[in-house]
Amino acid sequence: MADVTLQKLVKTFDTVEAVRGIDLSIPNNEFVVLVGPSGCGKSTVLRMVAGLEDVTGGDIRIGDVRVNDVPPKDRNIAMVFQNYALYPHMTVAQNMSFGLRLRKVAKSEIRDKVQRAADILGIAELLDRRPRELSGGQRQRVAMGRAIVRDPEVFLFDEPLSNLDAKLRGQMRIEIQRLHQQLRTTTIYVTHDQVEAMTLADRVVVMNAGRIEQAGTPDEVYHRPRTRFVAGFMGSPAMNFLDCQLTEADGRTVARLADGPALPLPAEQAERLRGHTGRKLVAGLRPENIREAAGHDGAGSGVPHDVAVDIVEPLGRETIVYFRLGDATLCARVGTEVHPRAGERTSLVFHPDRLHLIDPETDLVL
Amino acid sequence: MTALPFTTAPSLRTNRRWALVAAYACLGIFVVFFLFPPYYMLVTSLKTNAEIAELASNPWIVTDGVTFGHYAHLLTESSFPRFFLNTTIVTVIVVAITMVISVLAAYSLARLRFWGSGVLATGVFLTYLVPDTLLFIPLFKIVGWLGLLDTYWSLILVYPTLTVPFCTWIMIGYFGSIPRELDEAALIDGANHLQMLLKVFIPVALPGLIAATIFAFTVAWANFLYPLAYIYSESEMVLTVGTVTTLIKGDVFHWGGLMAGALLAAAPPVILYAFLMDYYIAGLTSGATKG
Repeated sequence: MADVTLQKLVKTFDTVEAVRGIDLSIPNNEFVVLVGPSGCGKSTVLRMVAGLEDVTGGDIRIGDVRVNDVPPKDRNIAMVFQNYALYPHMTVAQNMSFGLRLRKVAKSEIRDKVQRAADILGIAELLDRRPRELSGGQRQRVAMGRAIVRDPEVFLFDEPLSNLDAKLRGQMRIEIQRLHQQLRTTTIYVTHDQVEAMTLADRVVVMNAGRIEQAGTPDEVYHRPRTRFVAGFMGSPAMNFLDCQLTEADGRTVARLADGPALPLPAEQAERLRGHTGRKLVAGLRPENIREAAGHDGAGSGVPHDVAVDIVEPLGRETIVYFRLGDATLCARVGTEVHPRAGERTSLVFHPDRLHLIDPETDLVL
Repeated sequence: MTALPFTTAPSLRTNRRWALVAAYACLGIFVVFFLFPPYYMLVTSLKTNAEIAELASNPWIVTDGVTFGHYAHLLTESSFPRFFLNTTIVTVIVVAITMVISVLAAYSLARLRFWGSGVLATGVFLTYLVPDTLLFIPLFKIVGWLGLLDTYWSLILVYPTLTVPFCTWIMIGYFGSIPRELDEAALIDGANHLQMLLKVFIPVALPGLIAATIFAFTVAWANFLYPLAYIYSESEMVLTVGTVTTLIKGDVFHWGGLMAGALLAAAPPVILYAFLMDYYIAGLTSGATKG
């Protein structure tokens, strides 16, 4: 059990700066998910913590020890790889115990630890099999078992579920969560899948171009994104962005969307943005904040607007509607009781209570 | 519409039948072509000297009765057992030296990214392209200078120059196909480089290792030029040259003994191939099937 601290961490490959000065402190027991698009540097950060990449600048501390120059085996970490990285010639039990055997742990102790880990992961009956005789999900369990038996201070996961099919991924996500609740080991988990990030993390760290865009609870990064990048990256379908102008109308502050409705801001937000009145900004509105008109009684803050339906994606429990507003294509999430059809015009209600207004010059959410 | 399956299925089947007929015909021709020399050797080795010398007899079958006299003579009254022993000693030591050097070299060239490793790997392969007929004269000077002429130790010294480059090249390819995450997992598990090589790389690359072993074995067992150039005493000779030099006296060819000796000399590689064939093929084609 230990906390992990990254201070001004930098990594350059030849001339490419992959990680550009990252500060992050991960308290003991916390489950942190690094999320971001390909090439944002998240895996590089993880590999530096593991000791698989040299640190170009800055410090990594595990507990009280600066580990920049400590070899991976002495960092007391365990890592789970995307492609499992199981030793193909060893049985499951041998795979899990390899690290312990190299450390000359007593045989009886190894047996106990392997058995306990296998019980936790539900792979006790697979101990004598070889990796090629296992399914993808079972292999990933073995890879986690190999990490657990070492009883490390920090778990590192490098996109562990991306090789699994969607259903299995859902199951393994729950297993990883359960595992963390049981073991409470400090965990750094890298993924590009924001659903994994949202469901697993105590804290989500959104990275972009080698920097941290925002670090916060899943709730914070989703509902209170700090930058346009975070707002657009978290959430699926992604947040709608369109130009707007902040104006005063009837004594209220409204965001007038380009070719769209004028949305009155909630009082608190209006107060905060008073200085920006008259400016051109970018409005960010999530698909779930644009709803069907049916059932909307005109009360509340929603503003109805007629739109031309472009594409309809029925998903069973909800329907995703893509529609055009001027030149922009936006996306709405509506209930299944309404059936807008492609090419038709329909009325959708824009709910401004979760409207994010972004300064186009700094890309910061105001 | 419904006729479609009935029209395509038979044509597919006929197509397959013709492909099989053609395949078997070609294979049959190859088998006959390649098995003819060993068959001729076997038949000749079982004939009496009188029948071999009889020009009017049928060369394809034994007509005057089978004799094992040539084998008996070879094994009891000639230096053949000595040649066999010498060859075995040379081959075993050469294979051992080759595998140790080439596995270590391949591991470092494939995995320890150091300055110039890429150029070195190509260089290793280029040395294999130099024909050994070009090398035996300069190597003769070296062997002579070391005082190893006329001993089979000269072969033990020289053969690795033929086997190491190719075996290293095979092993580089094989080690290169092992995913890097496996090293990293082993590194985190606490393995040092030697443990990683012995406990992960060698077991995983076993088919490649066996392919390389068979190659080194074949070179060391069957080379003719170097023993001919470097060894003159019967007690130091190996099978390839020994059989020929002792069984051809002047212009008298002991065909029965020669054929028996050649068959016995060819037996070990054949047996080795038969047992390890699957590994050998897996080793040589690994690059083609693994991503």
